Amino acid sequence: MDLLAHLPALQVVVPLLAAPLIVMLQPRGLAWAGATAVALMSFAIAVTLALAVLNGHTSEYAMGGWPAPFGITLAVDALSALMLLVVTGAGAAALLAGKPSIDQQIEPSRQPLFYSAWLLAMSGLVGIVVAADAFNIFVFMEISSLASYILIAGGPDRRALPAVFKYLIMGTIGATFYLIGVGLIYMMTGTLNLADMEARIGDVSDINPILVAAGFITIGLALKAAVFPLHVWVPNAYTQAPHMVTAFLAACATKVALYVLIRFDYMVLQAELVDHVIQFALFAMPLAILGILVASAVAMFEGHLKRLLASSSIAQIGYILLGASFVSVAGLSASAAHLFNHALAKGGLFLAVACLAYQYRDLRLSQLGGASTRMPWTCGAFVVCGLSLIGVPGTAGFISKWLLINAALQSGPWGWALVGIILLSSLMAVVYIWRIVEALYFQAPIAEHAEAPLTEAPLQLLLVTAAIAILNIYFGLFPQVPLELANSAASVLLEGRL
Amino acid sequence: MKLLELLGYFNYWVFAIILTVGLYAVISKTNLIKKLIGLSIFQSAVFLMYITMDKVEGGTAPVIQEGVKDQIFSNPLPQVLILTAIVVGVSTLALGLAIVVRINECYGTIEEDEILDAD
Repeated sequence: MDLLAHLPALQVVVPLLAAPLIVMLQPRGLAWAGATAVALMSFAIAVTLALAVLNGHTSEYAMGGWPAPFGITLAVDALSALMLLVVTGAGAAALLAGKPSIDQQIEPSRQPLFYSAWLLAMSGLVGIVVAADAFNIFVFMEISSLASYILIAGGPDRRALPAVFKYLIMGTIGATFYLIGVGLIYMMTGTLNLADMEARIGDVSDINPILVAAGFITIGLALKAAVFPLHVWVPNAYTQAPHMVTAFLAACATKVALYVLIRFDYMVLQAELVDHVIQFALFAMPLAILGILVASAVAMFEGHLKRLLASSSIAQIGYILLGASFVSVAGLSASAAHLFNHALAKGGLFLAVACLAYQYRDLRLSQLGGASTRMPWTCGAFVVCGLSLIGVPGTAGFISKWLLINAALQSGPWGWALVGIILLSSLMAVVYIWRIVEALYFQAPIAEHAEAPLTEAPLQLLLVTAAIAILNIYFGLFPQVPLELANSAASVLLEGRL
Repeated sequence: MKLLELLGYFNYWVFAIILTVGLYAVISKTNLIKKLIGLSIFQSAVFLMYITMDKVEGGTAPVIQEGVKDQIFSNPLPQVLILTAIVVGVSTLALGLAIVVRINECYGTIEEDEILDAD
């Protein structure tokens, strides 16, 4: 067996095994170097897997050689390849850039533990993505959640603690709901393998437990994915977390839960349950629309930079869910593309926030006046990523919003109204991004910073931020790779069903 | 007959009740420790559900014995699963308690409303 065949397993195993070893690397530079090397290696594995998928080679891996449905299988198809790129890319980029910021925020003695938790969170997230087994998804979900609670609690402010407590409570309820749903489906079908589950649900005589399970799973995962109105843990958790953790988790953590939601509702439940498609659409679409509008409106009036971007993340989750709720190839590929593009835009924005935070301790908009003259490169990168978030042509965000609008128009007579909502919320995004730009570029600096010299963020941080900003433009001009993955993901999800 | 059917689902009724009791405690209590207790109760309900579904009447542990034919086994898989879920629950509880300890160190209280007032 060649190495390529083992990559799905290695994708999880490499960071998982490295995590405890990192703790032993006491000199903190070494711990950082080790963790970054492992994260980059995971990213390389994800790229290899994605290339294999692009060449039409989807990987399946039977753990320990036990064939499905008896053994545990890992599977990488187009959607999971796309998610793997997002998760490992965000984890690696934030680590690569993050040393100065993490040095500033985490005490040296705790850093090896912090990096170890980082790798655990990453291996949990990639585990969710590659696992083709309902219970393994739960276990990986808990690994990633427990690790991310630790990461968020590492924030310097004491307010991080109540924030993380709230996240812990809501995250655990979400995961337990998912567990109940999986239990009910197992009870009726006797299998945990997703593909096998799908095949056997059709033979179940009493469909009621399956319906209950569908409800539990959808709600539980919606809690984890911060779908409106189950998003209340997000603003505080993102705001109080160390800046690098925010950049990492905002780029991928909620999206991975959304990925499981889409996978469950489309691959497992959709085919066999009567009217499941309509029920899912009727459930998801209103929540998506409300989430987009309410969260964008909240962001328009938010005075703290990180809270503002966190609110905007909730709105973006709404876009992804909206695309999924169309139940069409166009809608799903728009969703998948937006998963990727939003990760790029929001990851870049939060990295730029970390750059700003290196010089500005207080991230309220009113304190950030004149930042553009002090940190021109940071502010430039921020603006580029902000444009991508809005969806200005030529940036990555435009591609997925364009696809989403197309999908909305195809979705039926109410398509025009949906286009109106998407445009309205994009205008709202213009407003809240403009408020930040105004603060950075046009507002007079407060007295404390008035005489401050030109002091950019450390080069390491700045270079990665700029690279992400350039990627936002690159994928806006040449979106072939993510689009191809998104399209084949959508057709796999809907294969032969419509 | 109807009553018997209802009683036949006794464990599932208990599961539903414990689940709601736990969830209620999580939502209604302001004391963080009590919230965690509620969370634990909530999770234990799921353990009960898994254990109940694997039980086969007259079934024993799935060990093949010589000379015994037609042995009925209980399904071992849900027990294995729930063993994992218990471990996950315990670690969540431990982490939650650790966070409460830190909250107490930083705020001097573990009442949610007092914490909100303090910031």
